[in-house]
Amino acid sequence: MSTEKIIHGRSAGFFPEFSRRPGNNHTNMHYCPGCGHGILHKLIAEAIEDLEIKDRTVLISPVGCSVFAYYYFDCFGISVPHGRAPAVGTGLVRSNPDDIVISYQGDGDLGAIGFNEFIQTANRGENMAVFFVNNAIYGMTGGQMAPTTLPGQKTVTCPLGRSVTNEGYPLKVSEMVSALDSPVYVERVALSSGKNILRARAAVRKALNNVIEKKGFSMVEFLSGCPVNLKMNASQVNEFIDERMCKYFPLGVFKDIADTRDSIKRSSGVYAPEAVRKVLYPQYSSSSVSRDFQNPSPFFAKERRLKVAGFGGQGVLSFGHMLATMGKLRNFNVSYLPVYGPEMRGGTASCSVVVSRKKIASPVVDRDCNLLVVLNDESLEKFLPELKPTGVLIFDSSNVHVSRLRRTQIAYCVNASDLARELGDLRYANSILMGALAKLMDDFFLQETDKADFERVVEEAIRECFADKSEVIRKNINAFYLGKQAASRWNAPSDGQ
Amino acid sequence: MARKFRVEIAFEQCKGCARCVGACPQGVLVMGHHLNRMSFPAVELSGNKCVGCGLCFYTCPEPGALTIFEEVEDAK
Ligand SMILES: Cc1ncc(C[n+]2csc(CCOP(=O)(O)OP(=O)(O)O)c2C)c(N)n1
Ligand code: SF4
Ligand code: SF4
Ligand code: SF4
Ligand SMILES: [Mg+2]
Repeated sequence: MSTEKIIHGRSAGFFPEFSRRPGNNHTNMHYCPGCGHGILHKLIAEAIEDLEIKDRTVLISPVGCSVFAYYYFDCFGISVPHGRAPAVGTGLVRSNPDDIVISYQGDGDLGAIGFNEFIQTANRGENMAVFFVNNAIYGMTGGQMAPTTLPGQKTVTCPLGRSVTNEGYPLKVSEMVSALDSPVYVERVALSSGKNILRARAAVRKALNNVIEKKGFSMVEFLSGCPVNLKMNASQVNEFIDERMCKYFPLGVFKDIADTRDSIKRSSGVYAPEAVRKVLYPQYSSSSVSRDFQNPSPFFAKERRLKVAGFGGQGVLSFGHMLATMGKLRNFNVSYLPVYGPEMRGGTASCSVVVSRKKIASPVVDRDCNLLVVLNDESLEKFLPELKPTGVLIFDSSNVHVSRLRRTQIAYCVNASDLARELGDLRYANSILMGALAKLMDDFFLQETDKADFERVVEEAIRECFADKSEVIRKNINAFYLGKQAASRWNAPSDGQ
Repeated sequence: MARKFRVEIAFEQCKGCARCVGACPQGVLVMGHHLNRMSFPAVELSGNKCVGCGLCFYTCPEPGALTIFEEVEDAK
């Protein structure tokens, strides 16, 4: 009696069924008949199965004909923008150093739009395998010239053949990357004859073994056939690869120094919530209240949307930052969104601050503003329309000339810039304006206990914002109380108030 | 005893590219004339001289179009 065993068959590195693929063919891949991508996919699937790395392999699908690679491999997958696979791969492997990252890329993807990502990643020696499919053409988009198109080769964008005078010579990626010190393994193979394909099979495994052993960056370049765009049949494509491509792109090992390198040990990524929290919310927080404290005034029950605007250099952004810090110190959710020009001084600057007990949907304040603080006329003109009919305005009466407001709108002012100049530095203007805000809050919105707390939280925020500059802290606190004294209501109380 | 091998073609999974035909050193595979459901002319077998080298399998771009079997004697 005898039975049969399979010695070569469909790999378990593929999904048993390609159910992610749209349509009703779930057994074949989408590639054209005879396409080199299919051959390489089989080599990779078999290696993933044999090396038992399914559960920690991430295969990055590029843009190009292999954009749907994630339909097929029974491992993790991620699709990325054109040319960005090595950059995304860097993020993956830095945050999860045990991942086996495969960056699968075409010649347009790697050699053109993504060359910088590729070469920088190689130069950093990221622990990944780049499988580079050089088919001398842009396959997916219909056969345009690639950086690797051969001299004289006709494509739809060089119908007379690539001219080295106009387009230069093809890019020799393996030669270039092997000139760098970081990569450990670079080989060029061909997906043509059976013998060459077996060589390619060994190269896939070698590159993946290097990743498993954390030896760093490996790249294998696969000369590959695109029979459809070359308008050739199987044997013609093999001849094209073996006779024409191999002449310009010689096969062989360009670099193999993995044995001389130790495994990479990098400090692991900061995917630790506690570490991230420490960076974002440092422990020097000077809040004097407990984490469940809530200011009782009903004013704080609703989301409050604030905007501060003026010239760059007037302290507009630090005012906004101070408001957000005050909210944070009193257990609100806060957002702070600065908007400024490239110049550091002059120009206009504004910032949106949202303070809320609930989650904040958007940090942008461009309408329904509850509090507008302006430090110049231009900003008043620009942002007054965003103020709610019931919103309040605070302005620097040294610079801003308010002519008319809605009857329901309350405005407070103080000659902040003039007072700041008297104190010796224009940058105190914002603390003086904070004084005007405190006065306005006292007069309209705060219950008795919150009035004292408002002063306290301003001091705490100044301390936090100017941490370890004690002189600056003292002067800003003085400026705040000076502003609170000097501020007054600009418009007469309207009927009923 | 000589080892025995055979290749099996999944008719519906072959795209008729003929890569395997050129790769087989034994001339076991030839282009067929029948179109499958994908409208490709699938390869066909010619004779039984398969030596199990696997070259057809590795040159074929389709995951499951070709399978190579080896006959094994039961240990009894
Ligand atoms: C940002 C961006 N630019 C351009 C394109 C259009 N585009 C799609 S595939 C492709 C070229 C793919 O060529 P290659 O990387 O050689 O892959 P192949 O299809 O040959 O395997 C281009 C330019 C795109 N999708 N995204
Ligand atoms: S266009 Fe070319 S590279 Fe793309 S699937 Fe078809 S044969 Fe392959
Ligand atoms: S295994 Fe080798 S001998 Fe057998 S059919 Fe395939 S290529 Fe031919
Ligand atoms: S290589 Fe595969 S798809 Fe192409 S003809 Fe042979 S069996 Fe069919
Ligand atoms: Mg290409």
